[in-house]
Amino acid sequence: MMDGSGLSISGKDERRDAVKDASKEVGYVTEDGRQIGGVLMELRNITLKFGGVVAIKDISFDIREGEIRAIIGPNGAGKSSMLNIISGFYTPSEGELWYKGAKRPPMKPYEVARLGVARTFQNIALFEGMTVLDNVMTGRLTHMKAGIASQAIWWGRARDEEIANREIVEKVIDFLEIQNIRKTPVGRLPYGLKKRVELARALAAEPSLLLLDEPMAGMNVEEKEDMSRFILDVNDEFGTTICLIEHDMGVVMDLSDRVVVMDYGKKIGDGPPEEVRQNQDVIDAYLGVAH
Amino acid sequence: MAYMSEGAAGLRSIPALLQRNATRFAGRPAYREKEFGIWQSWSWADTQEEIEAFALGLLNLGVAPGDHVAVIGRNRPTLYWSMVAAQMAGAVPVPLYQDAVAEEMEYVLQHCGARFVIAADQEQVDKVIEIQDDLHQFEHMIYVDPRGMRKYDHRALHDYAHVQAQGRAARDELIGELDRRRDALGYDDTCVMLYTSGTTGKPKGVVLSNRNIIETAKSSSEFDHLSPGEEVLAYLPMAWVGDFIFSIGQAYWNGFCVNCPESAETMMTDLREIAPSYYFAPPRVFETQLTQIMIRMEDAGGFKRKLFHHFLNHAKVVGPKILDGKPVGMFERLKYALGEFMVYGPLKNTLGFSRVRVGYTAGEAIGPEIFDFYRALGINLKQLYGQTEASVFITQQPDNEVRPDTVGVPSPGVEIRIAESGEVFYRSPGVFVEYYKNADSTAGTKDAEGWVATGDAGFIEEATGHLRIIDRAKDVGKMADGALFAPKYVENKLKFFPNILEAVVFGNGRDRCTAFINIDLTAVGNWAERNNIAYASYQELAGHPQVLETIQRHVEEVNASVAQDEMLSGCQIHRFLVLHKELDADDGELTRTRKVRRNIIAEKYADLLTALYDGSESIYTETEVTYEDGRKGRIKATLAIRDAQVVPVAPMKVAAE
Repeated sequence: MMDGSGLSISGKDERRDAVKDASKEVGYVTEDGRQIGGVLMELRNITLKFGGVVAIKDISFDIREGEIRAIIGPNGAGKSSMLNIISGFYTPSEGELWYKGAKRPPMKPYEVARLGVARTFQNIALFEGMTVLDNVMTGRLTHMKAGIASQAIWWGRARDEEIANREIVEKVIDFLEIQNIRKTPVGRLPYGLKKRVELARALAAEPSLLLLDEPMAGMNVEEKEDMSRFILDVNDEFGTTICLIEHDMGVVMDLSDRVVVMDYGKKIGDGPPEEVRQNQDVIDAYLGVAH
Repeated sequence: MAYMSEGAAGLRSIPALLQRNATRFAGRPAYREKEFGIWQSWSWADTQEEIEAFALGLLNLGVAPGDHVAVIGRNRPTLYWSMVAAQMAGAVPVPLYQDAVAEEMEYVLQHCGARFVIAADQEQVDKVIEIQDDLHQFEHMIYVDPRGMRKYDHRALHDYAHVQAQGRAARDELIGELDRRRDALGYDDTCVMLYTSGTTGKPKGVVLSNRNIIETAKSSSEFDHLSPGEEVLAYLPMAWVGDFIFSIGQAYWNGFCVNCPESAETMMTDLREIAPSYYFAPPRVFETQLTQIMIRMEDAGGFKRKLFHHFLNHAKVVGPKILDGKPVGMFERLKYALGEFMVYGPLKNTLGFSRVRVGYTAGEAIGPEIFDFYRALGINLKQLYGQTEASVFITQQPDNEVRPDTVGVPSPGVEIRIAESGEVFYRSPGVFVEYYKNADSTAGTKDAEGWVATGDAGFIEEATGHLRIIDRAKDVGKMADGALFAPKYVENKLKFFPNILEAVVFGNGRDRCTAFINIDLTAVGNWAERNNIAYASYQELAGHPQVLETIQRHVEEVNASVAQDEMLSGCQIHRFLVLHKELDADDGELTRTRKVRRNIIAEKYADLLTALYDGSESIYTETEVTYEDGRKGRIKATLAIRDAQVVPVAPMKVAAE
């Protein structure tokens, strides 16, 4: 049973409280009364170039502890590139990333993952032939330290570790209500469930920052509602900071605390959803104007 | 069984049975629940401790004797404990259907005047919060699963674990009062109050006493030789009387273990893992399972399919005989044993029926072919006939006397009487005390001598003493020529075909019978896929000429079988049509328990019904449908009407009477 006091999945709670206490004065309080903490990640003057193409041009924004932050924009605006910079897939051509109060040097994606950043992908990237359980277990890899020999004979540390990790994975499975497909190979699942499994895998890593790349893409209304519910629950129950990219404006406006709007690689708006909605540049970008 | 010799004398309540079990079966498992992928278990001693702690917590919150405590949620040990804890504190547990919408709950909560509600999770809590302003007696709510509850106003809202902790802390102070209340529980005090689902009008609160529950549990356990070693899977709604009798009454009387599935979706996996020895399911569950087996066999390879059908045909002949202990030849036995090894055993294992010693089905008539299928596999599936008002048991089938067309002999202690009208009446120690706050209905159902009307028409077979139920008393009618009209009898025969999901037969007061038929999308869809028949919607598939052809063959087969029954041969179906939409509870066409609402359907589809009788070849119709979110839409369709062949019956049988 999920005990109400623990905010993280494994019940350890230092992470959020420590940050919360230290930064109460710099955070803000959301409309529904949640206390948002200090800056978790800050992007300063990020520019990303592919040869002569400038995908992202001088963008700065921050993600605060405990908030749901959305990045929106029309096709080709550079949203996914932005996410790929945060998760370490791309190294920015210019600009700095600050994470947990320190400047982050250029890193490989697995190094970023070890720092507590987990993500899902726009095009589902699961192991199709493996069961849901095994897929979610891979989310715990960054937390496993046993050596290959110990893993091979499954004795001592490897076994203890697997048991401890399985417990956390089971909590995630329970949380996302996918018990009935625990042993089902992912390849046999419908699209909406695969998306949920991907979220489970990201969540199993107990991330400080969860990146969701179009979590609702291609879903029907019911699946979207379910997914929205889970995103809110994850944020509420575990205090996970979430940064998401989404096309569905209704979803973005309902879910997120603050929104960054991008168009042609530039930032054209940043703020709470209601404010962004009124922004003339944003309206133009979405409805189109004669250039 | 020696432990039963002390009889019900000292054991006059469920908490008293719990105390006995906690000493007698201390270390044996009482409850199991699958959580986080592992079966967690609680022994009888643990159970006693858990329940007592929660009962103390309830006292601490101010539960008074005679209070009603509503319990809402899926089958979980904590909720079963809540009910027993409420009894221990002198209160009356009232389990509610968890899928009821807020307005439905409002009526029941208001009617019983519940001061306390124990809800499983946020979903249930939200429903009660939505209606709490109209519940004047409602004071406190306790939830079991704290997920998502952190931000709620906790002035009148409590965490189950917290209530238990407070109970444990206040033990010294409150245990005296708890013992006093527990000892004061008498045989005629209310044990539980269950609301009937109410096919007509508002739900009624059926008050069942400790005597009702314990006497019934005792005699039914003896009837089937239940022992402390039984395993049951608790998956049917807690608000249903059957679940209360099986998972509390009989479980506490015998001291057997109740297993709770992880979630509704994992039920089939959990069933397989637990492999219960005592199993109960409504016909629909068996039906669905059989349809799935058949579909999967169709998809299997040729060799496997042949093997399956070969041995299944053998089992259909030999299986029931072996089960009933009738003489069977040596060769046949050997072949059955081979079949058991190659087909029946693995199949039963997959279904979770490997260990079933006693299996029951009730609630509705089961198709004889479905029934025979499970018996052929060697599963001791039996039928029982019961009601909430009878604490379940009215009649049941003894081992070795099982037939698909009867519901068995009167249960121990039950007397049966058939009225002039054909309606079945019964009297037993399990007969309910009253309908709560509804003296009129009580008087209308139960007479001064304790006879209760079932509302079903039936008769007792002279040769065997078995009861046969024909139909609901109010549905049984006469055709224009005076022949008996029993729609359900025919509908059930139709529904056995995997392709037919639902059927509604008309003919009361008319010269011949006709039917509306719903196809089963799973089965027919699978068939269409295998035959490369493309379809875009349910409606298109339902109107496909080849589908109609298949359904016609089914109808004609049923006609041939109905013709063999002397009393009911007039009920053959002359004309039928396949409906363009599935009958749905959201459109009011079925009850929430999926029983057909004949009159409403006849009214709603009056144009179709007329067409069935005026000889037209096809009919154009428009129907309003309600989507799950409450929006409405319209479906237009032109339906073909088909004539089915009937078997001529000599009219002299009717004339001779």
